[in-house]
Amino acid sequence: MLTDLQKELLNNFQHDFPLSPTPYADIAAQLNVTENDVLQAFQDINEKKFISRIGAIIPPNQIGVSTLAAISVPETELERVASQINDFSEVNHNYERENVLNLWFVVIANDAAHLDDVIRTIELETGYNVLRFPLEKAFFIDLSFRLDLANVG
Amino acid sequence: MLDNLNQQLLVQLAKGLPICSRPYLEIGERLGVSETEIIERLKQFQTSGIIKRFGVIVKHAALGYRANAMCVWQVPETEIDEIAEYLLEFSFVTLCYQRPALPEWNYNLYCMIHGKDRNTVLTQIAQINSHPQIQTFTHQVLFSRRCFKQRGAVYHGFSS
Repeated sequence: MLTDLQKELLNNFQHDFPLSPTPYADIAAQLNVTENDVLQAFQDINEKKFISRIGAIIPPNQIGVSTLAAISVPETELERVASQINDFSEVNHNYERENVLNLWFVVIANDAAHLDDVIRTIELETGYNVLRFPLEKAFFIDLSFRLDLANVG
Repeated sequence: MLDNLNQQLLVQLAKGLPICSRPYLEIGERLGVSETEIIERLKQFQTSGIIKRFGVIVKHAALGYRANAMCVWQVPETEIDEIAEYLLEFSFVTLCYQRPALPEWNYNLYCMIHGKDRNTVLTQIAQINSHPQIQTFTHQVLFSRRCFKQRGAVYHGFSS
């Protein structure tokens, strides 16, 4: 079960995490708890994998170059291909989706040649053609929203 | 171009801010610079837009948001900004991108919806599609099934 403190940490600190020497103590002061309470609450939600990390969202192509990519893979081959793709440290997201084009992943590389190289290698290793959908324009890029955590166990 | 220290700082951040009393001091120690230097550089990243958001990055699926739909439309180039603005009016739309249409996948406008369950998300999509103009565009909804990987970017060619 999430504690009230954990719910507050999950919902209210997705933006503007304090940039002071003691950010957790600052959060604690705002919430009227101790720094240790905040550290323990974060450690707990981190260990339970409710958070990916405390960190930065960096818009695509600010550093290096990235692309969304997709492969159409028969169901029987999907786990093999997904695992081959996961082996690339340049891949940070990899999802199965309900479509003929069923495996969607994101590749981030340090430049266009490196990106090209990774995708060609994926094509060679998996035996499937990779479609590339690089970002042309971001209308909104901020995966944070109010979570309803009432029934999270 | 980012200098070497900025690159290393982003590599450290991708691992997650340490959960300890002086996290910026700890990162500074790893990189051989002061706590103040780390904090100043992070502030500059935010001002310059290299960092869009700095804070808790939640795992939606673990928190009960198990339905994740990627919605795509085929929109004429001249109308794409207008349709994107329309999509962003909905609070449940978390991302909205223009991407190139390919012969094999002829969609150019993408948005993401994260919801607790499939029915909620389907209702939300129906709300979007209630607009007469958007109904004229070819459209698909791709719910996610399995997540094979989700983590922060690993930057290559950067010393860490």
